[in-house]
Amino acid sequence: MRLIILEDAGVVADWAARFVLQRITEFAPGPGRHFVLGLPTGGTPLGMYRRLIDFYKEGRLSFKYVTTFNMDEYVGLPRDHPESYHYYMWNEFFKHVDIEPGNAHVLDGNAADLVAECRRFEDLIAQAGGVHLFIGGIGPDGHIAFNEPGSSLVSRTRVKTLAYDTLEANKRFFGHDISKVPRQALTVGVGTVMDAKEVMILITGVHKALALSRAVEEGVNHMWTVSAFQQHPQALFICDEDATLELRVKTVKYFKALSDEHQKMIAEVPVAAQRVLH
Amino acid sequence: MKAKSGLTRFHNCHILRDSAIIKEDLWIRDGKIENPEQVFYVEQLEADETVNCEGLLIAPGFIDIQINGGWGIDFSYDCENVEEGVQKVAKKLLTQGVTSFCPTMVTSDKEKYKKILPRIKKTQGGHHGATVLGVHLEGPFISLAKKGAHMDEYIKTLDKGIKTIYEIYGSLDNAVIVTLAPELPGATEAIKELSKLGIKVALGHSTASLAQGEEAINSGANLITHLFNAMLPFHHRDPGLVGLLASSTNKQVYYGIISDGLHTHPAALRIACRTNPKGLVLVSDAVAAQGLADGNYHIGPQKVTVEGGKAYVSRTKTLCGSTAVLDECVRTFKEATGFHTST
Repeated sequence: MRLIILEDAGVVADWAARFVLQRITEFAPGPGRHFVLGLPTGGTPLGMYRRLIDFYKEGRLSFKYVTTFNMDEYVGLPRDHPESYHYYMWNEFFKHVDIEPGNAHVLDGNAADLVAECRRFEDLIAQAGGVHLFIGGIGPDGHIAFNEPGSSLVSRTRVKTLAYDTLEANKRFFGHDISKVPRQALTVGVGTVMDAKEVMILITGVHKALALSRAVEEGVNHMWTVSAFQQHPQALFICDEDATLELRVKTVKYFKALSDEHQKMIAEVPVAAQRVLH
Repeated sequence: MKAKSGLTRFHNCHILRDSAIIKEDLWIRDGKIENPEQVFYVEQLEADETVNCEGLLIAPGFIDIQINGGWGIDFSYDCENVEEGVQKVAKKLLTQGVTSFCPTMVTSDKEKYKKILPRIKKTQGGHHGATVLGVHLEGPFISLAKKGAHMDEYIKTLDKGIKTIYEIYGSLDNAVIVTLAPELPGATEAIKELSKLGIKVALGHSTASLAQGEEAINSGANLITHLFNAMLPFHHRDPGLVGLLASSTNKQVYYGIISDGLHTHPAALRIACRTNPKGLVLVSDAVAAQGLADGNYHIGPQKVTVEGGKAYVSRTKTLCGSTAVLDECVRTFKEATGFHTST
């Protein structure tokens, strides 16, 4: 596990986007050889998407041979509702780049058979050959995607009932009316994300500080589902200074001392070499 | 080679959505606007062609609810080839972005109404021309004191209410808007009757007080004709019809306004649209000379002289309609009010 501590949310966004750029470029996707990307929604990755759009516009990056899988979607929310993740992905990312519609997969929270929809999603990931890089954010309670505290750490894509904390936190997006927040969501499981070859978790802000400390300093615990990635062979936690406030000084110092090494990850060092050099 | 989707994407442009001008792409197929999100997720199609608009604004078709004619055609005057005249203007209007309009007849002789009005039919638009929404009858039930370019001899009172209206106009089948002065005796009843028929009543060419204006609004009128022109100027103790913009009737009042840079001062445009932004309706009030050179024309029975693009009642300095086109009015308005487009 690597913990990359950067100045602020803007630098985190830029770093994450550069990392995606490096990984896709290194992979050199083409016809019949797609790079497979797992994608999150929410406030934290927004800056990363904007940088990726810049890279696309500058001609440095193409998504023509990139296949994407989104982590989650609310159940029963119309696709064009401004809070739906379809809406988010279309407006914040897809419509700005050259990704092909058939390669952008978002769970359908309005499917008649939600169980079948979850199975279909897992099958699609398998058909794509698995995810090369899964990007995620976390909630203040340490959930990744909608894997709320208490979720199985080997879970797969499924229907999940949302925790009260999540409804409470999200009601601000639904006119401050908790009754309007969808109660259920479709989400990839912790196990689904664990299967990815590489995982990058973005964590910014003081309100995520406790979750970050539980994720990296305590043991693997299903009450802080993101902690499962301690056992992932290639997991990156990218955070800003604010998010480190609950960490031990020793932890922060150790990872900060590695920052030169970390910078190499977004330079043109082959991925294989990066995996050995820690 | 991929199958054709039939979709065209206009890129790098501004569009109007939910009352705001935003930077957003516009997708169309077979002449219809498509929801790109639906196309992307459900149909999983891409556009055959992407057009770079270089920052231009793609506006919906304009609607001109007050236009007396253009390109030599005067809707109130020519009674021989009425249909051809309307058709000619309808076709030409498309080049100015106007896709619907209300041919407007100014105060005229009873005979003119009988000859012309039944022949200006509501017609669906298309490539052949703009939609004819119905006729706007401006006068003859107006105030002599605020006649503007309307001829004294044809101005009428409304003493028998709706009966007088039928007497003068004949049939109302093709009419959609009637501009009248609400202070005329019988006006209130007439407004109620006209509203019942589904005809919109506009207030104009009038010396009405605010109270008279409010009574008209409460009786069913909902429009003011060319605000500030041919009505009492704003007075703080009796704001007159202009006061309707901020009246307490709780009904949305709409107002036509000529933003040709001549009929309404930019500051007056700002006052109107800041006071009542929802009610704003840009109109051209264009006359037959619109689209043609300076010279002598007419509006209904009145002789008109156009000098330097300004239309006056001949040998006077009384403005009578404009030679403006609506897309220019939109530009003038945008400049005057500093309405900006968001990115």
